[in-house]
Amino acid sequence: MEKFKTFIKKNKLFMLFASLALLIVLVALLTPIIAPYDPYAADLTGALQKPSAEHWFGTDKLGRDIFSRVLYGSRISMASAFTVVVIILVFGSLMGILSGYFGGWVDAVIMRMSDMMIAFPGMVLAIAVAGILGASIKNAIIAISIVSWTKYARMARSLVLKVRHVDYVSAAVVTGSRVPYILRKYMLPNILPTMVITAATDIGGMMLELAGLSFLGFGAQPPMPELGYMLNEGRAWMQHAPWLMIFPGLAILVIVVIFNLLGDSLRDVLDVRQE
Amino acid sequence: MSERELVLSVKNVTRRFPASGGRFLLANNNINLELYRGETLCIVGESGCGKSTLMRMLLSLDTPSEGEIICLGQNIAHLKGEALRQHRRHIQMVFQDPAHAFNPKMKIKDILCEPLLNFGMIKKSEVDTRARQLLEMVELPGDFADRYPHNMSGGQRQRVGIARALAIEPDIVMCDEATSALDVSVQKTIIELLVKLQKEHNIAIGFICHDIALVSQMSHRAAVMYLGNIVEILPSDRIKDGAMHPYTKALLGAIFDLNMDFSKKIDSIESEIPSPLDVPVGCPFQDRCDQCMEICKKENPQLIKMADGHEVACHLYTQTRKEDK
Repeated sequence: MEKFKTFIKKNKLFMLFASLALLIVLVALLTPIIAPYDPYAADLTGALQKPSAEHWFGTDKLGRDIFSRVLYGSRISMASAFTVVVIILVFGSLMGILSGYFGGWVDAVIMRMSDMMIAFPGMVLAIAVAGILGASIKNAIIAISIVSWTKYARMARSLVLKVRHVDYVSAAVVTGSRVPYILRKYMLPNILPTMVITAATDIGGMMLELAGLSFLGFGAQPPMPELGYMLNEGRAWMQHAPWLMIFPGLAILVIVVIFNLLGDSLRDVLDVRQE
Repeated sequence: MSERELVLSVKNVTRRFPASGGRFLLANNNINLELYRGETLCIVGESGCGKSTLMRMLLSLDTPSEGEIICLGQNIAHLKGEALRQHRRHIQMVFQDPAHAFNPKMKIKDILCEPLLNFGMIKKSEVDTRARQLLEMVELPGDFADRYPHNMSGGQRQRVGIARALAIEPDIVMCDEATSALDVSVQKTIIELLVKLQKEHNIAIGFICHDIALVSQMSHRAAVMYLGNIVEILPSDRIKDGAMHPYTKALLGAIFDLNMDFSKKIDSIESEIPSPLDVPVGCPFQDRCDQCMEICKKENPQLIKMADGHEVACHLYTQTRKEDK
């Protein structure tokens, strides 16, 4: 307990962003309880209402409550962004470790694959993949994962290369350690802090990419309340009913900013070198 | 002497590294060495002479381009996979710099018992007691088992390094300049410990070092390397006045000690060591040798037996030999 208190004192900024992020996650989890209306319930008589006491964020062209839709939308966007980040973190790290540890043809194959991914602008490639697979939130997740794992693979590879030839890894080999054991016990702990920090900072970025894909029509499909797609829907009414775009946009902004700041402060916490 | 048990023999080992422009870097040239149980062989030479490459091959961290390494009757030069892993229990190593030799995220007891667990020699539940025994073997308090490497001094860590190398009771321990990163005062105790443990466990030690004074104190035999070649192998008690190769003599001339007369000029060899990318034809030492002859520029001298356990590769002595006949 004493330790925990000093930790809080030392990392005030981190605690602040961590609690904000936690709050957002809580809201997302409790959405069905908090949301005042069904996000799919259309009421054409009450379409395009201004924000009021009854509908805090107003209603859209079908008379659906935007506040409820933003809540549900954040939930979907965040869940998808987390999924993407977890997939690319695990897959990218694994590829990077293998590539860095074994070198030779394994390295060549993995790195050339990642070069191919990098050679295209990420969004264009994601659009192509999503276009081939068909538009849905699941395919958008797959598309963005395919495009984004390379960054993690490269980072893991360079971190592994840094420790690959240190004496204690040779020592592990000489003392008869099996390769999977060395990868797990020696390579993984060395790359994990940096990878987790990157992943935390990337949550916001991935949400933007997903929202971008949905905005372009390659992600979530109506009537799903997804923040990017809601922006797209609101575009046509921007001048008459700006709240259709303002509130989903604000939601994206707030979530992305908080997760970015969380990632940054997490780096300060985990990075021992700065002490 | 005849009942000495041969544990490791290196036969005609050559290691070339490909370099740019289609050239090769000759790190080891036709090395022949033998290591006997209970004996210490020191490999001496200046930086870049190929000592570490040789040691990496003996530990199967690298493979020779040519030649064989026979350990306990098995050629280990090209072992792979599980066979290689099983062989590793015969040869262990003490590293040069104890600051980098341990995983900083592991406790001492896990470091010490890792080799034992790797070979299934103990159970997980025995780690605590076994780690204590090993620490006491190297004269450290058993309580160190729960420390991390960064909580220990260099000398203490090097003792842990020795304990780890001996944990699985290998036949051979290679020490890569195991004392050079330590304070002089600590060096002596580490050497004494090694010698004591060698007697107790009857192991062969291969000790890499560039301090020729240390060699004469702790080893049984010494092999002097120059530019990837072994130029002289001699019993340690002959180092001081029995050295024959001009390079060994030059090394001896470079020892500093308290009683030396500083008014005299310190002997040193002129010029730089040639690049191993571009080894001259003939004797590798020709450019720096003050007794260089015609033949030295044409032929690389082979090791010739001068006395029991004493071999020299130098044309000075091939000549006299021929004349004797």
